[in-house]
Amino acid sequence: MDEVEKRRTGLRRKAYYVRKIKRATHLLFYKHHRKPGVKGWELRRRLGSDYPKVLGILDSYLEKLDLQVKTVFDEEKPVEKPTVQQLDKARFYITLRGSLTPKETKMMGWRIDDIAGLATAISCIISKKGKAPREEVEALLRNKLPGWRVDINMNRYIRSGYLAEDENKQLYLDWRTCTEIDQKALVDLLLGTES
Amino acid sequence: MSSKRHRKKLGSERLQRVIDLCKSIEERSLDPFIVDVDDILMVVREYFPEWELPEELCLDAEAIHKLASVIKLQSDWVKHQSTSLYTDPFLLEEKIRRLSKEELANLFLEVWHPIVELEQISSHSLAEAIKYWQSLLPISERWLKTSSLETETGATTREELIKQRILAEKAFSEELEMFWEELKQRVSDAGKIRYWDFVGADTYSETIKRAYMTSFLVTYGYATLEVHRLEEEIFVKPFEKPASIIGKKQLISIPISVSVEEWTKWKRGEQD
Repeated sequence: MDEVEKRRTGLRRKAYYVRKIKRATHLLFYKHHRKPGVKGWELRRRLGSDYPKVLGILDSYLEKLDLQVKTVFDEEKPVEKPTVQQLDKARFYITLRGSLTPKETKMMGWRIDDIAGLATAISCIISKKGKAPREEVEALLRNKLPGWRVDINMNRYIRSGYLAEDENKQLYLDWRTCTEIDQKALVDLLLGTES
Repeated sequence: MSSKRHRKKLGSERLQRVIDLCKSIEERSLDPFIVDVDDILMVVREYFPEWELPEELCLDAEAIHKLASVIKLQSDWVKHQSTSLYTDPFLLEEKIRRLSKEELANLFLEVWHPIVELEQISSHSLAEAIKYWQSLLPISERWLKTSSLETETGATTREELIKQRILAEKAFSEELEMFWEELKQRVSDAGKIRYWDFVGADTYSETIKRAYMTSFLVTYGYATLEVHRLEEEIFVKPFEKPASIIGKKQLISIPISVSVEEWTKWKRGEQD
């Protein structure tokens, strides 16, 4: 009798998490606001207080598909063991776990030129403590791209959320760069290249 | 006495230069270490006993505030240097210059993990789209509408243009002068009138027009506004002669709400 009861409880728990994972998938994959991703407090409201566990299970499912649940915290420094408050303020996204091939980027609408320009702009800003005058970044980009494309590309990076510009024409790294790009790895790779 | 004034002038000029220097470092991301903090603090300390007026003390406070921002930038710089992300900008720039576009792109692809996002149409926007589609005329009818009608050309009169509001009945300056005269006649013995008592009219559109004209009276120096913040009252005071204030004084803008609610309130006599 006890065995049957245990199995029943186990099945009920499984069904509970299957339901939660489905709901989390809908929330994370579909864009609900101007920006993609969902805030922690929003997930807590929709999935319940055990949402970090639900996201953990979803993440292990997504691993087979080369995708992952990415957490971006409000804090500048990486968070080792996040508190409930830090998780509530964080934003959760679904991102690619591995990397793309040049052919795949073409299908996404990114040319080699665009990607090289983005890499240049981001690494230039990182090296200047996260803030650089637009004209300096543009001068460096002119080294890689035809002059007429520099302004167009720069505006595209700003529009997509990779870079932000203030009223003094200073460029910063924006939310998409913080989510999608491993900045430390980029700098290490650049410095490690034999030129 | 004159030497004290001279010293004050010199001090405020030096403080202004400090503020400008700190501002340019903040705005143009120049090297924050070009500022010698000790040197600036000595200047601030040297002139501090001279300051008496609130404006002078404000200038002193602003200089300290700007200096604090520069010290923060210096501290950020030191922090950044100690992080793992620190790299010599010149070295990195050199690396970027030497790499080909393909190499750069391949390198970037290794660290790029783009977000997966799906755009979807909501039931609300779907309903809106259906409504729009149903109200849309067939294309044949829409094309008919865009064909231009042939009309004969003819001459128009000045009266006709005034009626169509293409020409104004009077020149603007003439109208403004008349409005100024009206203001002068309507002010009380104190030489001022409540803003709403002057601007308010029977219709809302006329009230807007009068508010618009009043703003020009003030801007062009025909009148001034007296704002009693505690009593929340604004008075309009005409000048006997137009005063040229542009360039002589720091101009300020005073936003006044002339909404329908405010106008209705005034009509009901609730403004008092």
